[in-house]
Amino acid sequence: MATTNRPDSPDRETLVQMYEIQNKIKTTDERFRSMLTSGQIQLIYYSPRGQECISAGYAVHLRPDDYVVTIYRGLHDHLAKGVPMRELWAEFLGRSTGTCKGKGGPMHITHPDSGLVVTTGIVGSGIPIANGFGLAAQLAGTDQVTVVNFGDGASNIGAFHEGMNMAAVWKLPVIFVCQNNLYGEHTPMSMSTGVEYISERGAAYGMPAVTVNGNDPVAMWHAAGEAIARARAGEGPTLIEARTYRFYGHLMGDAMEYMPKEERKAAMAADPVPAFRAWLLENGHATEAQLAEIEDKIVAMVDDAVEFAMNSPEPSLDELYTDVYEEIIK
Amino acid sequence: MTTTEPRIIPMGLALNEAMDIAMGLDEKVFLLGEDIAEPSGGVYKITKGLSTKYGTHRVRKTPISEAAIIGAAVGAAIAGYKPVAEIMIMDFIAVCLDQITNHAAKIRYMSGGQTTVPLVIRTSAGAGRQFGAQHSEMLEAWAVHTPGLKVVVPSNPADAKGLLISSIFDPDPVLFVEPMLMYWDPQYACDVPVGDNRIPLGKANIVREGKDVTVISYGKQVHDAVKAAEILAGEGVSVEVIDLRTLVPLDEATVLASVSKTKRAVVVHEAVTRCGFGAELSSRIHEELFGTLAAPVARVGGQNTPVPYAKNLETAFVPQVADIVAAIKSLNK
Repeated sequence: MATTNRPDSPDRETLVQMYEIQNKIKTTDERFRSMLTSGQIQLIYYSPRGQECISAGYAVHLRPDDYVVTIYRGLHDHLAKGVPMRELWAEFLGRSTGTCKGKGGPMHITHPDSGLVVTTGIVGSGIPIANGFGLAAQLAGTDQVTVVNFGDGASNIGAFHEGMNMAAVWKLPVIFVCQNNLYGEHTPMSMSTGVEYISERGAAYGMPAVTVNGNDPVAMWHAAGEAIARARAGEGPTLIEARTYRFYGHLMGDAMEYMPKEERKAAMAADPVPAFRAWLLENGHATEAQLAEIEDKIVAMVDDAVEFAMNSPEPSLDELYTDVYEEIIK
Repeated sequence: MTTTEPRIIPMGLALNEAMDIAMGLDEKVFLLGEDIAEPSGGVYKITKGLSTKYGTHRVRKTPISEAAIIGAAVGAAIAGYKPVAEIMIMDFIAVCLDQITNHAAKIRYMSGGQTTVPLVIRTSAGAGRQFGAQHSEMLEAWAVHTPGLKVVVPSNPADAKGLLISSIFDPDPVLFVEPMLMYWDPQYACDVPVGDNRIPLGKANIVREGKDVTVISYGKQVHDAVKAAEILAGEGVSVEVIDLRTLVPLDEATVLASVSKTKRAVVVHEAVTRCGFGAELSSRIHEELFGTLAAPVARVGGQNTPVPYAKNLETAFVPQVADIVAAIKSLNK
């Protein structure tokens, strides 16, 4: 059982809310993969399956006016922050009704109304940008926080170093969530990274840093809650290393030869979403009927979104030159 | 009736005034860059006094971290601020190019217009001080090749001020290239209007009217083009000089109208000639006016080399007035 039992666990409502987010991610991912496998849709797809508890654990602490920045493997962050299902599907499918009118695609999901402000396809590049959102909040004197998500691989790129240092020097209200799924593209962390834990790097910047089991929703909830509270109080940034595992490799179609079969099998057997479901039931935090109702609702929501997206038109060709600049410049 | 005395100031001071005015008008404007706060006020003193006047929260000294500087500017711009980021020397653009081309330039498009990046990147550029190959380049063509960026290169203090205020309040990211040699050199000082005298982006300036040849330039080379025109005037050749001021947006109408009239054109810039902005402009003129031209468009640009250190080699790299004169004469054969 991956979930920690602690007396200061979140209340029942929050626990169920976290499960709902996790299930929404899992269900959406399963639908994408089945439609891709069956050839109904074609797109570049980075499955977040296995990493659901991390996004759910921080998202329940956030307000709509808090900012989230993420990367190409970002579907779990998008859904956790509240990007609407229909517009999300339509954007993945390149339709005019998508969040970005079909012009950004899965690697660039943006939905400011939900606070999902940047999705970048460049490893590590969201980190310096997140500082800008933190700086904006600091200059305006609000207590908004920014959560920036990235992988273990991103902790080896220069943008991480520059961004972490600047955030620490300026005490920015930014939470750096390193979703450590143990692989950067096709290379295991042990072959690319000189430390055992990414959180060790926090000390180099004078930044509080913690390693947490990212597959333990309650542990993740506590770590995120503490970091977010500190940022809101003006006490500066935190690095959270959330250890997890990506079930389906780097991207859809990955043969995963570089991932030991036994390791992957064990990770999938310990799937954190059904494990959390069982924990909720065993500890009396939810009833079977209650969770089944949530799951049915999510399936209906995904059905609706798929239908909406599949029946939406592609963008008009007139859109080619719009949004390059405010006015059209050819 | 009141008369206004001319107020002759250098480009460095004019740029400082522009930022002062913009910060006074809008509290969302802030500056960030290496060494820009007091007591140094920037390595070229362009931001002198501004941190004292507006505070170090709005005139922010940064670590030597160009990617973090531009990244912070990008995020703050999306969140509603109007950052003015200083990259000390244009060659350093190379270490933050990802933030400029993949993020600042593309975010409006990738988000379908939901998020915008109204920031300015000010940077000093140009050869002539023996700073060597990594502190002397003009790299404006990189930015022109990236849809989503606007590119401004002023040629005099009055334009620098008017164009910088416009750039700060522009809704899109602007790369603002400041010819380093012009900052404090009194020979480039000129009358600069007091107050908020904005010059719109995308409007070229006909510096000198003529009828035989059009010379199109920007930045410091505009002055060399005018000198060439003066020399040739003595030989009976009438040269029209156009200062583009901004490369994106490009005032193509003014260029084409002029070349339609003169039927001859020379494009002049300091950046290396190969794939420089002159190549693009020359091509556009040929596409639009091929049947009208009396001669092919000529290009005068930097040599296709890194910028050398030794004084004689550096001078040989940079296009000179004599090169412009020779190019114009070659069209009149």
